[in-house]
Amino acid sequence: MFEVFGIPSTALFGQLLIGLINGSFYALLSLGLAVIFGMLNIINFSHGAQYMMGAFAAYLLLKYSGLGYWPALIVAPVLVGVTGMIIERLFLRWLYKLDHLYGLLLTFGLALIIEGVARNYFGSAGLPYTLPDSLRGGQNLGFMFLPNYRAWVIVASLAICFGTWFVIERTRLGAYLRAATENPTLVRAFGINVPRMITLTYGFGVALAAFAGVMAAPIYNVSPQMGSELIIVVFAVVVIGGMGSILGAIVTGFGLGVIEGLTKVFFPEASNTVIFVIMAIVLLVRPAGLFGRSG
Amino acid sequence: MDQSANPPHSIRQATRAPSETVAFALMVAILLIAPFFTYPLFLMQVMCFALFACAFNLLIGYVGLLSFGHALYFGWASYLAAYSAKAWGFTPELAILTGTATAAVCGVVAGSLAIRRQGIYFAMVTLALAQMMYFFALQAKFTGGEDGIQAVPRGHLFGLIDLRNEAAMYVVVLMIFLAGFLFIYRVVHSPFGEVLKAIRENEPRAISLGYKTDRYKLIAFVLSATLAGAAGATKAIVLQLASLTDVNWPMSGEVVLMTLVGGLGTIFGPVVGAFVIQFMQYKLAVVGEWVLVIQGVIFVACVLLFRRGIIGEIANWRRIRL
Repeated sequence: MFEVFGIPSTALFGQLLIGLINGSFYALLSLGLAVIFGMLNIINFSHGAQYMMGAFAAYLLLKYSGLGYWPALIVAPVLVGVTGMIIERLFLRWLYKLDHLYGLLLTFGLALIIEGVARNYFGSAGLPYTLPDSLRGGQNLGFMFLPNYRAWVIVASLAICFGTWFVIERTRLGAYLRAATENPTLVRAFGINVPRMITLTYGFGVALAAFAGVMAAPIYNVSPQMGSELIIVVFAVVVIGGMGSILGAIVTGFGLGVIEGLTKVFFPEASNTVIFVIMAIVLLVRPAGLFGRSG
Repeated sequence: MDQSANPPHSIRQATRAPSETVAFALMVAILLIAPFFTYPLFLMQVMCFALFACAFNLLIGYVGLLSFGHALYFGWASYLAAYSAKAWGFTPELAILTGTATAAVCGVVAGSLAIRRQGIYFAMVTLALAQMMYFFALQAKFTGGEDGIQAVPRGHLFGLIDLRNEAAMYVVVLMIFLAGFLFIYRVVHSPFGEVLKAIRENEPRAISLGYKTDRYKLIAFVLSATLAGAAGATKAIVLQLASLTDVNWPMSGEVVLMTLVGGLGTIFGPVVGAFVIQFMQYKLAVVGEWVLVIQGVIFVACVLLFRRGIIGEIANWRRIRL
């Protein structure tokens, strides 16, 4: 055990780890927002609520059908993704020709509905979600104790983030997607079913949020308001990073998580607000965002 | 904003539409008679929220800027008004001025940051800044944290008129509301307001005509924040309470909802919307958390079916300006 600037190393690395965990959620959520925005031109305000739905889906799967953590990690995002696709077909598709603001307002309304329903059935208090046995315990790294589950969350979200980046930037499917973002009419003329692609994209973005929700369930309590506060921070992350670049969203997400974790060690009072302060500074210095094109 | 959602300004641009004069007279008459039939306290609260929504509408309806963080100005003004009245013994008019000035300062700072980004980013920036100030309010000592500032004295207006008298308080709130309302009407119909509408319709074109649109946007933002602050400060004196509810994000959502229900970009819409939403919450207090769901459903319904809002639909149907 040693000290850094008078802070015990265990505390420092512990907070760094928490920062990385939060950062992986920021990255997953802002990635989903960026993918959805690219394709639908809608800022998905219900993203936080859908993250919460993922956590609740995992909780309910365990409680009522005995499906544990590992199956839930697949089943919950698929279920929530399907509800997302239904939402896209029922509501969002009427808005593509309107001003962006209406998409924000509609998904805000959806977020209120989802959160309100969850509060009615589950109350505001958090519900515990037990860890799978295979991920209990941890490693003693000498300078700190690394719980297995937290290591898994970081690795898994990194894998998902880079997998998404690879699919969008390096595969044929991703090329269609990027082309349809640039010019949907032209892509349709090549015989590609763009409306279906839009539906699937929204479903995928929502599933990413739900995936983050399932991974968050064992760390934080599962509660109806877990999404609404997170989504506002993620908005700030998106403003800082800009939504033009997938890699930018990932880097900004993890980076800000770490900065937030370090703030908790050195200046705990500011840990809630540090990301917003950084956003203000970025707006002053680089109004378009770190990785953003202007707009 | 797209054409279909626009209120029918473009149809006529008379100096003052007779429909507006009639509607204004009707509104004043209702506000004068209503306290004899229902709770004055409820009406005062409605007027505060109506002014709040009118202030918000100045931005979204006439400049096309969606601020998702207007609770910042409303809430911080209400804190400063409550604190100055309670701890420093300010008279109510000074307390309200203190709160309003606070909101104006916050508006200058937040506004000059937010107008650096457009469209959807503008909404996210304002929301994030408001959340930051919410955390400050949560941590600051003087706000009383979760308890808020309670039992704020209403005091004596100009040191003379005792505002514990419900009738006196009502008249004061009515005056503040009408002053704010007429000020916004004046701004919207001034040459300055015409430039704002030009920015809403086509900002690059306004720039090419030589208007410094950023300056116009900032002035509109500060005006909106200041009036929202006046509403919040008045509310703190009326209800003798300033709390975290006033600065938190659901409050920002609520003012969007009130304006959307009444009609974006209409003069009377926010007033009607504020009444409808406050009345609904008052009646639905028994159903608890379902209020959230109902608010959400109204949002969805408004965006999909009634983008013009109540007043906007009436104006469009009767082909008049409201």
